Amino acid sequence: MSELSMPRCYNRESKPHRFCPGCGHGLVLKALGMAIDELDISSRMVFACDIGCSLLAWNFFSVDSLQTHHGRTLPVVVGIKRARPELVTVAYMGDGGGYAIGLQHLVSTALRNDPVTVIVVNNTTYAMTGGQMAPTTLEGQHTKTSPGGRDIEETGAPFKGPESLIGVAPPESYLARGTVANVIRLKKMIRKGLERQLRGDFAFIEALSTCPTNWRTDAAGTWGFLEHEMGAYYQVGEMAAGREPITP
Amino acid sequence: MEFRDEERVFITGNEVVARAAQAAGAGYLFGYPITPQNEIMHHWRHIASQAGRGFLQTEDELSAGFATLGAVLTGKIAFSATAGPGTILFQEPLSMAEAMRLPLVIIVQQRGGPSTATVIYSQQEVTLTCFGGNGEGLRIVYSTSSHQELYDYTIKAFRNAWKYRFPAIVLGDGYQAKMREELILYDPSSRAGSRIPNEPIIGGEQVVHMQNAFSVEEELGEKLLIDLEDYNRAIPVLVEHEFLGGAGGRLLVVAHGIVGRAARQAVKELQARGDRVNFFRPITLRPFPEEHLVKACQQSGNAVLVAESAEGQLGRLVRLALADQVLTSFRSYYRPGLGITSEEILEEARL
Repeated sequence: MSELSMPRCYNRESKPHRFCPGCGHGLVLKALGMAIDELDISSRMVFACDIGCSLLAWNFFSVDSLQTHHGRTLPVVVGIKRARPELVTVAYMGDGGGYAIGLQHLVSTALRNDPVTVIVVNNTTYAMTGGQMAPTTLEGQHTKTSPGGRDIEETGAPFKGPESLIGVAPPESYLARGTVANVIRLKKMIRKGLERQLRGDFAFIEALSTCPTNWRTDAAGTWGFLEHEMGAYYQVGEMAAGREPITP
Repeated sequence: MEFRDEERVFITGNEVVARAAQAAGAGYLFGYPITPQNEIMHHWRHIASQAGRGFLQTEDELSAGFATLGAVLTGKIAFSATAGPGTILFQEPLSMAEAMRLPLVIIVQQRGGPSTATVIYSQQEVTLTCFGGNGEGLRIVYSTSSHQELYDYTIKAFRNAWKYRFPAIVLGDGYQAKMREELILYDPSSRAGSRIPNEPIIGGEQVVHMQNAFSVEEELGEKLLIDLEDYNRAIPVLVEHEFLGGAGGRLLVVAHGIVGRAARQAVKELQARGDRVNFFRPITLRPFPEEHLVKACQQSGNAVLVAESAEGQLGRLVRLALADQVLTSFRSYYRPGLGITSEEILEEARL
């Protein structure tokens, strides 16, 4: 990696990073790093990561960072933000932490419009624990706990995070889904998400990502699954946040 | 609402806790409703609007605990309060506080268990508060027996949690929470050694990376060794107890919390009749005042009677502390989930 392509807020001592070859985390974190640099906020940043593969990002940036518990990153950053509103907080987690064990925190934080920026990395599986079915696993997708392919009659449909928050988060908040297949657009979304926090509102970005280790795919298969199968079900773009106005 | 230096009041235990937290300089309460601690939140909510302190009613106890951790990370003195099933959920943030040496302070007003059980009273949360979580129980647990102690030890819990960087729990119960009693409120900042060293852990000049997951056993082992050394070094200054009696006794009555009041009363009556019965009340349940208990036991003919509103949760701590003593008798008066009167203890101790 050349000097020019490495964001200034990176912790160079922790590079090269420890994610698997072909993993999308490095690209999501790079998009976040570029957004932090552009806004020049690294001295005010607190980066909190969940448990799962996201925990490997604990020393990724040269900003205050901490590992929390599985699913509990969001209440930690809410506490930080309420105690010190001038800090800029990012809660970084996987789809299990965001949409399964920690979903109540996601819904409540969006409902309260807490000014924090949430990034959920969607790779359709619990990767660190060996590839179990996640809320985001696609219909028919093979995992360790859906060996015959995910049966949505039995387990429900794959969870759409940003769409689910449309009716919860207020119009001032920011909801988007990006993809590591388009890092520049993902960076723009994350930057908007940080700007929304700076303005005093909640921001949520889901990033479609890759896990060749658990998908058991080669390079072509990995990008094919991301762009075609995930892309077909999970629509990339900004969502018009806004719960229904309450009329008497 | 200006705080006067000293003020005699007649209020409920839950209000005492809120006033103590205010006096200690707490800036935030993250809480979730559960009986019998609700009025701590109600009073704090009032204090928050009057005195510019922070309050958030969270979506559950997990969120309350972890948001409190977030606030203390920034150097804010913050706390929560819970009971029963809420104390179970609080094991998760308590566990992170132990691991990352964060000064989490919670007030536990014990209710009946297991499960939902009763909403008012028991002493069944001793094991959970002392040793809950997937670790070594590196916590400070104060068991109070009066409203004055509820005030004093809530303030002390904040101070020692920040000083030693272990989570601290004030263990009360629904009887203490709901009843009114006289006590003296004071401004702790006017007293010596009262400063709470609440320096920010994050958000300062130096970049910090706080690790909570380790790759290899040896890495964790080294970290735990340091934590255990710190904890063991603090034990002699942390442990507190009450002893009533003297050498040449025939029996030691051991009880904690509100049952300690009944036991103290019973022992006083027996002593007034010339019966040489002694009384021991651990104030810190964790760390446990083991050496002091051994001495008290030896002064009491090595005969012990433990009374508690649980099936031996205090009894196990007592047995462990006295493991090397040759006891002439060990008797128990266990009433899980039930209140205990001084008459009942007097009757047991007379036998």
